[in-house]
Amino acid sequence: MDAASAASSSTKRVMENVEQPHVLAVDDNLIDRKLIEQLLINSSCKVTTAENGRRALEFLGLGDDQNNTLESRVSKVNLIITDYCMPGMTGYELLKRIKESSVMKEVPVVIVSSENVPTRINKCLEEGAQMFMLKPLKQSDVKKLRCFKKFLPSIVGDRPCFVLLLDGQRLVANMTM
Amino acid sequence: MDVMTQLQRQWREHTAYLRKEGYLDDQFEQLQKLQDENSPDFVAEVVSIFFDDSEKLLNNMARALEQKVVDFKQVDAHVHQFKGSSASIGAMRVKNLCIEFRNHCEAQSLEECVRCLRKLQYEYSVLKNQLEYLFRLEQQIRAAGV
Repeated sequence: MDAASAASSSTKRVMENVEQPHVLAVDDNLIDRKLIEQLLINSSCKVTTAENGRRALEFLGLGDDQNNTLESRVSKVNLIITDYCMPGMTGYELLKRIKESSVMKEVPVVIVSSENVPTRINKCLEEGAQMFMLKPLKQSDVKKLRCFKKFLPSIVGDRPCFVLLLDGQRLVANMTM
Repeated sequence: MDVMTQLQRQWREHTAYLRKEGYLDDQFEQLQKLQDENSPDFVAEVVSIFFDDSEKLLNNMARALEQKVVDFKQVDAHVHQFKGSSASIGAMRVKNLCIEFRNHCEAQSLEECVRCLRKLQYEYSVLKNQLEYLFRLEQQIRAAGV
């Protein structure tokens, strides 16, 4: 399938573990894709990367020329991390498309950006982004993601947990959910 | 002191030197932490991508600045990419120069942009040499350990 060749999957650390989350990481920068992929693998995640919003949507089954078939009733992924600044479709626009989908809207979306712009951050959180993080990402940033209960596949319809603002500068959590 | 110990010491000293002089920052250490027995060449792979990417971007910037009518937004887009990549691998001096460069793009000052590009090309080539030396040491350490 087109989207599968456009995105790439890594299962270098496949652990036979129900709680191994599948994360879709979207970024137009190859270096950042490699970095986020490795960070996630080191946190025991299965990772699929996509180089732009369009390919991300295709992978999720939300592409313009795809039908919402029975197969796509269940989300393939447990979490989506996307860069904000991307050519074509921005991370914000991708977020909106995901939130418009009945299948995908419950999947947490994390926006990352190299720029700390409060209006941008607020816009994303208001649109339903779970979190906004600053690049470059570190191991400690990715570890923070695991505390979201919604992130784990084994939990369905659970109450979202509260996240402490561990470092106001780098991590902003959506507390209003 | 045996060869291995000597090489390892050289590697530590060179890394410390690069950190101290500001060529690299904490983010480079993050990359090194991601390298393990499952991904033994992670740092070299990422840096290799960075080198290819950087050379392309620097060429794009040079060409954009040579145009009769300079599109500063285009130049800025390339610098923004370069800033992102350099930040991601911990190339601090290069990243800081990119920040300066972006200011000149915004001010649409051709002279300053050209000057900045030259500085950037220089810093990048110095960094490249430094990192290539570091990787050579790593290869020698690996060879000595076999």
